[in-house]
Amino acid sequence: MTGGLGTIVRAGVGRRRVQTVVMGLTATLAVTASVLAAGLIVASEGPFDHAFNRKHGAHLSARFVSSQITSAQVSATARARQVTAAAGPYPLVSVKPTPVDTGGGLPPGIQLTDLTVVGRRPSGSVDDLTLTKGRWATKPGEIVMSAHNEPFVLGNTMRFPGVPGDPLFKVVGIARSAGETADAWVPRTTIPSLTASGSRPDYQMLYRFKKASTNAQLDADRTAVAALAPGKSLVGVQSWLKVRLAATRASATFAPFIVVFGILGLVMSILVVGIVVGGAVAAGTRRIGILKSLGFTPGQVVRAYLGQALIPGGAGILLGLVLGNLAAIPVMGDTAEVYGVGRAGIAPWVDALVAAVTLLAIATSAWAPARRAGNLRTVEAIAVGRTPSGDRGRVARRVLGRLPLPRPLTLGLATPFARPGRSATMAVAVAIGTIGATFGIGLALSLNDIQSGINLRSPGDVVVSDLTSPVNTDKVDAAITRQPGTGQWFNSAEADLGVAGLAGATTVISYQGDSSWASWQMIRGRWFHGAGEVVAASGFLHATGTRIGDDITLVNGSRSSTVKIVGEVLDVRQEGMLIVLDRTSIAALRPQMDPLSYQFDVRLKAGVNRDDYIQAVNRDLEPFGVSATRNSDKLSDTVVSMDALAGALTILLLCVAGLGVLNTAVLDTRERVHDLGVLKALGMSPRQTTAMIITSVGGVGLIAGVVGVPIGVALHGVVVPIMGRAAGTDIPAVDAAVYDLPLVIPLLLGGLVIATAGALLPAGWATRTRTAVALRTE
Amino acid sequence: MLGPSGSGKSTLLNMIAGLDEPDEGTVTVDGVRVDRLGEAGSAKYRRATIGMVFQFFNLLDDLTVQDNVLLPAQLAGMPRAEAHERAFELLADLGIEQYRGTFPGRLSGGERQRVALARALMNRPPLILADEPTGALDRASAGSVVRLIRELNERGQTILLVTHDTGLAASCATRTIELVDGRLARDGAAVTR
Repeated sequence: MTGGLGTIVRAGVGRRRVQTVVMGLTATLAVTASVLAAGLIVASEGPFDHAFNRKHGAHLSARFVSSQITSAQVSATARARQVTAAAGPYPLVSVKPTPVDTGGGLPPGIQLTDLTVVGRRPSGSVDDLTLTKGRWATKPGEIVMSAHNEPFVLGNTMRFPGVPGDPLFKVVGIARSAGETADAWVPRTTIPSLTASGSRPDYQMLYRFKKASTNAQLDADRTAVAALAPGKSLVGVQSWLKVRLAATRASATFAPFIVVFGILGLVMSILVVGIVVGGAVAAGTRRIGILKSLGFTPGQVVRAYLGQALIPGGAGILLGLVLGNLAAIPVMGDTAEVYGVGRAGIAPWVDALVAAVTLLAIATSAWAPARRAGNLRTVEAIAVGRTPSGDRGRVARRVLGRLPLPRPLTLGLATPFARPGRSATMAVAVAIGTIGATFGIGLALSLNDIQSGINLRSPGDVVVSDLTSPVNTDKVDAAITRQPGTGQWFNSAEADLGVAGLAGATTVISYQGDSSWASWQMIRGRWFHGAGEVVAASGFLHATGTRIGDDITLVNGSRSSTVKIVGEVLDVRQEGMLIVLDRTSIAALRPQMDPLSYQFDVRLKAGVNRDDYIQAVNRDLEPFGVSATRNSDKLSDTVVSMDALAGALTILLLCVAGLGVLNTAVLDTRERVHDLGVLKALGMSPRQTTAMIITSVGGVGLIAGVVGVPIGVALHGVVVPIMGRAAGTDIPAVDAAVYDLPLVIPLLLGGLVIATAGALLPAGWATRTRTAVALRTE
Repeated sequence: MLGPSGSGKSTLLNMIAGLDEPDEGTVTVDGVRVDRLGEAGSAKYRRATIGMVFQFFNLLDDLTVQDNVLLPAQLAGMPRAEAHERAFELLADLGIEQYRGTFPGRLSGGERQRVALARALMNRPPLILADEPTGALDRASAGSVVRLIRELNERGQTILLVTHDTGLAASCATRTIELVDGRLARDGAAVTR
């Protein structure tokens, strides 16, 4: 850039401070949100999908009961429609290990939940295993554990008391399966030594399909496979989407709404830069004429005006990169721990790409008005000066002047028609601000409703929870029953049980006592009533391909029990892989409850003072080392983070929209400063001047708000369910329906508020401008 | 008010109109301390007391002649019917009623200045301030505007007219003040009528 050109650019940037700040801030907003959104998407899904495809991960791993199907019949299922590759059948057993030597990790002798052990080689056409530590098992007594099976590490030993000979196994390797198809692997020849007497190993078959990117597609694939298997020999499947969900959940949950803000920010940035540079050209027509008369070429004029956009835009981009990367640290921290997939920060190429795209968008947006400046004819530019021709908007002024409103208001309402392009752009900016506010507020309300729904897991007035050592539950039950103020109560506890067809254990929460009043928030169906009924979280239903009305078989060693799914509940723990039922439903399985998971929830009788009750019951509970407390609502860190992030982005978007209005009002006011002087000379009071300036943007703001709110509502309707799916749950309809009339009315007026806020400063400036000075301005 | 260019005529006029404030001293019009009025007070004072006529007309280009003339009344809150009646009466009186739906850009300089005069008279102000009202007009138009000003004055309208044209002052002033370098150089009754 030549010295002269540099001076012109610097002078332009310095002279239009408001516009410069607005351009910088919009670029900051766009880049912050875009970096965060793109970074999250890349960090979560990219590496997982890449690794999954590279390892030919299994879209579906199916378990067939050997008593009902032959190995050849299992092999034949590979011919099912849509199957592109298959591996197996592999022998599969479910066995309970008991730790022998875990180097101080697990206490020896305790019985753990079922391990799904498969006999196979590490490589194959489907599910190519990655050995991360040690070596592959080659002889009896050697086992390779899944990297996801945390309790056992390399060198640990275990026994399997449920099989003949109580064989001792040593962990010789740790491997990772992209689709998490098993908990452990041994050579095929080792499987007989892990098979209970009198039984035969089941079969595992692994499939890849042509289409398997949604639950619906996988359901269809599963149905096609099941159709080729006799009877009910297919007892369970595991979907790769469940594994993908777990690996990408943290960032994938955040990504949808940040993407929305990123897009809104980028569009806003382009619009505002267009307004600012267009305004600079319109306001500086005379200046451009002078520059050209001094010898500036059209190209130099174009570069000068591009520079005036790119300098603040560039500064805003740099600030946005810093803010985006800082915001990514808490948001993306979790992903680093998941499946070895995520990164703790934004990939550098994402920063570079977002910066380049934003800079290009700013340059493109500034190009049209800059080119117009370059093409202006010198003589006309000098002659025209700053005052607009006044040709536009005359009809509107005439028509609006007939309205029975004070004249300053009708003059203000007609102002947008003098600059229809600029006004339309400002309207879009305000509409984007309104969309952001509508979406952001709705999101926060939905998140809070969901949190309230999740808090229903712990109902009642008083609770005994967070045990630090095992208690005699019968005695605690008795103490609670004895208290005169006790109304209804129950205790709940967790156990890990197998579900036929699913690798690994499923968390089962069982209730004992009167739990009829303790329904969690239901997504579909109803709460369980007594034995044989179960409610499940969405993640479980998706992973197992089951739905309300289906039966599932719960397994604990050689014992099994079939229960019916009667409802879908809201929960996001363990990727929604949990079910809830009455304890009598699993009594026959003799599950081992986690002794520290017991919780006692009490609803008091009407009129009972809660503090008095707590004091009284705690006297009885003291000997057992537990105490009752008030049941208070909890707020998850994730919800707090989302609220904070959505709130910050909404406020930033609103600020930029307000600044866009401010910029427009400043341009309009400066262009019409002479007319303003005339009006003041004719007796327009400061209040009338303020009213006129605010009305000049208020009408547009009101319309933009009315247009923006339904779009924001629609965005909310699309994004919240996507976030729910990313978190592993469907969203209850009641939590998604947050826009009631008392909320919508203020939102509809939001555009007016944004416009008014943005116009206050120029209105004050217009009021304070000395009339004599304004009249001298040409 | 006579004086060469830069003598302070327009500044004094602006201060009388409450458009500008003196660095020192006071401005009193008909017992009102204009320099103490503040923005809102000045606006009210101008609506009630002052009608302004400028050298370059200062009409709003995007309003019709009638809408320009109506403005002071609308800002003062005059009832709609009364304002329209008054505007029509003024436009007819000044011979420009046929232009009431026309935009100022289509009028000649003399016609525009008549519109400006009509606008200045709209609220029946006791004082008209005219800053070089013929300065931007050709000889014929200027003569027509001067005749109009004189007629108004003869009908009892007080007019403070600023000009550097001694001929104009001589043709219509009943009293002439002369400024030189911001100071009063002469204050006398006029002058030949």
